[in-house]
Amino acid sequence: MKGTPLGLYVAIATRAFRRYSTYRAATLAGIFTNSVFGVIYSYAYLALWAANPDAGGYDKVDAVTFVWLGQAMLMTVAIWSGGTTTELLERIRSGDVAIDLYRPVGLIGWYLASDLGRAAYHLVSRGLAPMLVGLVLFELTLPPTAVNAAAFLLSLPLAVALSFTLRFLVACTAFWLLDANGVRLLADACAIFFSGMTLPLVLFPGWLGTLAEALPWSGVLQVPADLWLGRHEGAAIVGHLGFQVAWLLVLLACCQAVLRAATRKVVVQGG
Amino acid sequence: MYGAIASLWVRAAWVYRTSFITLMVANGLMTALDAVAIWVTFAHLDLLGGFALHEVALLYGASSLGLGIADTLIGSVERIGEYIRTGRLDQMLTKPLPLLVQVCADQFTLRRLGRITQAAVVFAWAATYVDWTPARAGVAVMMVVSGGAIFFGLFVAFSCIQFLTKDATEFANAFTYGGATLTQYPLTIFPKELMRSLTFLVPVAFVNWYPCLYLLGRDDPFGMPAWLQFSSPLAAAAMVGAALLVWRAGVHRYTSTGS
Repeated sequence: MKGTPLGLYVAIATRAFRRYSTYRAATLAGIFTNSVFGVIYSYAYLALWAANPDAGGYDKVDAVTFVWLGQAMLMTVAIWSGGTTTELLERIRSGDVAIDLYRPVGLIGWYLASDLGRAAYHLVSRGLAPMLVGLVLFELTLPPTAVNAAAFLLSLPLAVALSFTLRFLVACTAFWLLDANGVRLLADACAIFFSGMTLPLVLFPGWLGTLAEALPWSGVLQVPADLWLGRHEGAAIVGHLGFQVAWLLVLLACCQAVLRAATRKVVVQGG
Repeated sequence: MYGAIASLWVRAAWVYRTSFITLMVANGLMTALDAVAIWVTFAHLDLLGGFALHEVALLYGASSLGLGIADTLIGSVERIGEYIRTGRLDQMLTKPLPLLVQVCADQFTLRRLGRITQAAVVFAWAATYVDWTPARAGVAVMMVVSGGAIFFGLFVAFSCIQFLTKDATEFANAFTYGGATLTQYPLTIFPKELMRSLTFLVPVAFVNWYPCLYLLGRDDPFGMPAWLQFSSPLAAAAMVGAALLVWRAGVHRYTSTGS
């Protein structure tokens, strides 16, 4: 990856953005579905917070905002697989990944750049639209200060990259397994539960809560959402962004190591 | 015939045993975590929309069982768009078997047994709180069968959108999986209009809500007539009938992509 100009990554990301933006009907259908789920979960959370008005330290407006943030970020961070890593998984299975390995850009850099491009498209389409629907139908809260808004915007690409590394590792299991779909489904289940998509992690009791907040998935949804809601101030904001960065670095190193081991295997098979 | 195709796919899947087992475990885990979420919710409250944990568990178990059964039976109908694109549907049309049977049995997989098992465990636990009578047992059996049929109808009907557009498949998820998510909760948490449309438009309320009210011996919180609690088979028949009509219309409209 060394010596690759930044411009190249921008070009890769731009192409990915355009590629995803060609499917307009799919985008509209997706926005509709996200909104339907947003409405269902909003009523569920309103019932929960009606019975316990300060469950997990949220009030009911925070809770409903969390629902719509989740629906808006679902596709952007691709919690539920999808994204360019799904293509990678297919290409590993078919052997086309050999072509990717010949490229003058590192495999991780190439796929991360296109995933960020994809995420940018999903943010402006499937992120903004359901959020607007939520704003029209329910009372939501906006980031209380400019600092919170800025921190949220910073945490978004980190969340995408974090989710990318997790999905990349899952895709890489295809180098060893004939069918990686089982692993993918397992990873999806963990991602949806431990990111806060099923229920905000602040509700998780005792050790389950401690565990969930320490795992990398919390950096995919719970951390950005809490920054939006203004649950952290000053140094705590930096701390939570740092949490995302730390996991990202660890997982990127894992991706490198796994890829190195896998490449050796590809060479053996190809010989 | 369905059985013959299905058993073929089961044997094929069994060749990749590790993958088969991981998929089944993953499937069960996915739904088990939903159940954990309900448990976590009740760590913060005693009644959700006026319903206790074991009552919500009964609703959840019943709906998840219905979805699991339907999901196992319909197999690949959700991916009909892919079959159109690759021309596989044309191949199937040339065979002397009903198309719907072929599509549903294609790539039949037992991995959804994971969901069914998990749902059955939750349902069985919740059932220990039910004051059983022969009538209630009858309604419970009707509920599970009708629930499966209603979800089957929903999946088939909404998959037909793919005969019209190749892109908008996600639209169907709002009704199928949306319906499944909705029925995890007592309908009392939603506005009255929604309950009405789930009774008369998309009959998802018959999957678990009305029969469970009878099992739990509760009066209808919305004051709907009591006979609705026995009407799940009617709703299921109507839903399946409508789905078959939509399917026929879809296939009739279908023109091959030529590939």
